[in-house]
Amino acid sequence: MAHLEIREVTVRFGGLTALSNLGFQLADGEILGLIGPNGAGKTTIFNVLTGVYRVTSGDVLFNGESILGKRPHQILKRGISRTFQNIRLFSKMTALENAMVARHCRSRAGVVGAILRSPAQKREEHELQERAYEALKFMGVAAYADTVAANLPYGLQRRLEIARALASEPRVLLLDEPAAGMNPAETAALMEDIGRISSRGIDVLLVEHDMKVIMGVCHRIVCVDHGEKIAEGNPAQIQSDPKVIEAYLGKPVEQQA
Amino acid sequence: MIRELRKIWKSCFIGLLWFLALLWPMTGINSDGTLTFARPLEIWLIVVVAAVVIMLIYSANKSGMLAPFTRPVQTAAGGLAGQAARLPIWVWLLVALGLAMFYPVIFTSRPAHDVAINVLIYISLGLGLNIVIGLAGMLDLGYIAFYGVGAYTYALLNVYLGFSFWTALPFAALFAAIAGCIIGYPTLRMRGDYLAIVTLAFGEIVRLILNNWMELTNGPNGVLGIDRPTMLVPTFDDGFGFEVISLRKLYMLYYVALALAVFTMLCVYRLNYSRIGRAWEAIREDETAAELMGVNTFLLKLLAYAMGAVFAGLAGAFFAGRMKFVSPESFTFLESAMVLCMVVLGGMASIPGIILGAAALVLMQEWFREFETYRMLVFGGCMVLMMLFRPAGLIPARRMGRRSEDDE
Ligand SMILES: Nc1ncnc2c1ncn2[C@@H]1O[C@H](COP(=O)(O)OP(=O)(O)OP(=O)(O)O)[C@@H](O)[C@H]1O
Ligand SMILES: [Mg+2]
Repeated sequence: MAHLEIREVTVRFGGLTALSNLGFQLADGEILGLIGPNGAGKTTIFNVLTGVYRVTSGDVLFNGESILGKRPHQILKRGISRTFQNIRLFSKMTALENAMVARHCRSRAGVVGAILRSPAQKREEHELQERAYEALKFMGVAAYADTVAANLPYGLQRRLEIARALASEPRVLLLDEPAAGMNPAETAALMEDIGRISSRGIDVLLVEHDMKVIMGVCHRIVCVDHGEKIAEGNPAQIQSDPKVIEAYLGKPVEQQA
Repeated sequence: MIRELRKIWKSCFIGLLWFLALLWPMTGINSDGTLTFARPLEIWLIVVVAAVVIMLIYSANKSGMLAPFTRPVQTAAGGLAGQAARLPIWVWLLVALGLAMFYPVIFTSRPAHDVAINVLIYISLGLGLNIVIGLAGMLDLGYIAFYGVGAYTYALLNVYLGFSFWTALPFAALFAAIAGCIIGYPTLRMRGDYLAIVTLAFGEIVRLILNNWMELTNGPNGVLGIDRPTMLVPTFDDGFGFEVISLRKLYMLYYVALALAVFTMLCVYRLNYSRIGRAWEAIREDETAAELMGVNTFLLKLLAYAMGAVFAGLAGAFFAGRMKFVSPESFTFLESAMVLCMVVLGGMASIPGIILGAAALVLMQEWFREFETYRMLVFGGCMVLMMLFRPAGLIPARRMGRRSEDDE
């Protein structure tokens, strides 16, 4: 059964149709690649899935239930977590605090608990911190737990973003161009990490321009262009799909005239 | 040294001329319309002399001529700071609390107690406002309204229904929190400048209501005859019993204010280092990302308003009990601006910073009392200097890393 299903989603911004009748599924245990040229609508899909944008028509199902109209924090609590194309860490907070914020929805101590430092609150706070720390360790940034996020080098900031997303214990992880700006060594490590995330039973939806990453880790790939799905299949199929080649390289010269 | 001077004298000169242009209309125009030149020039010359001296020292320091004097001082200060950092934090807390406890014994004069009580009230206010501005990152220019709500809650409950200070205190907090939610709710969708304008307006609305609701608040004449806070004292006259005494002596009120300030500090500290405080800071850093990372931004922003208002409400109730009189005049925009200055001057989100900021501003107000008219000028000057030399405040907030683990 598919965890996440996007059904005939259309998103319009005024006159611009960012997504039109787009539909695909993310199967259990899958790493699904989402590719397309700039402005194809990939980030828009993420924003729809996480409740930032409203759809004009269509539906999004998570575990068989519609998540349309839910606020982003409710969607995170249900288990869809994401990273951002342009890093959006809480820059003045430490790495650990960043990850701890993502566990806000998994904890419940209130104002009174916090002021009285009740045993339940202390226990929860301790656990919260342990889990956040584990997430940092998983992504290899535990050594920087006390470093202010803004002071981390770029590659580590990207990793911290993934760690933060993982700290919320998602069932589906959406990665928006995680390899952007990474050097080859960092990219290779990232590919390995995506595999490890997947083997923890988290479904991954991966947007990436680096085809080595996409072809290397994805089980299946969906290609979008101008908000429409133009192809879907395994890496080999996508690589030889004429429509995909056309979307990326343009039409052959003689047809364009 | 000459080279350094050459670099700065021009901007200094222009600055002084500009200052004269500002100063003259303020002091050179008499209330009967006649003009004087002597007085503004006199003041101006003093400032010029001061500026020239500072300029000389500055350029001497820049060119290294003062090194023989400054270096030993610097190393000594560095050594002291290093030693101070080695002491555990609780030693400092104990010292500070001890000093605060014995303050009325050391300084016995009335004005000293008055100033100290003022400082403590402003500490509570500053820490409360800090939740809204420093932690949640929302600029609130009408904060003093909650102080007013707290003060009037106690005043009215006491005068009409005979509530004692301590029974009215929870109501003051509650009503202030409700006011916080009422004001906070419509402003939650706004950010930055718009938020500032709307909160400013709401603050004025509250003051105008207090001013114009004659039947309830007695309007601009204020509410008179509010009881002082009381205390239960055990007595052994007639067997064992309790006696209610009114805290008439100023030093007793000082201890109530101290308790209030310490309570506020403890609450703000603990809130700061909890999941709620982290969520607030996340909202300040990036509201959209915070929402996407599972923070119910709507609820938490409302909570920030309410919690900030609670502490202002408590401080307000105390203010009413201490003055025995409240009127809308005490809750003007200037007061909001004052508390805001304390938070910014001391260091946003930094508890020691805000304490220092509150003390500095209250003391400054006292010292410059004679120069009534220029007080604001001096204030402005200090703020400008602060922004130049310590933009993050006197004591900037420190990141504590694994913050939830640090024990008090
Ligand atoms: N909030 C918005 N308002 C108006 N138009 C928008 C908005 N968000 C996205 N768009 C438009 O929708 C289209 C798809 O944008 P989107 O960011 O999803 O592209 P993308 O596939 O992520 O591209 P890239 O590879 O450059 O990240 C673009 O034409 C963009 O200008
Ligand atoms: Mg994008």
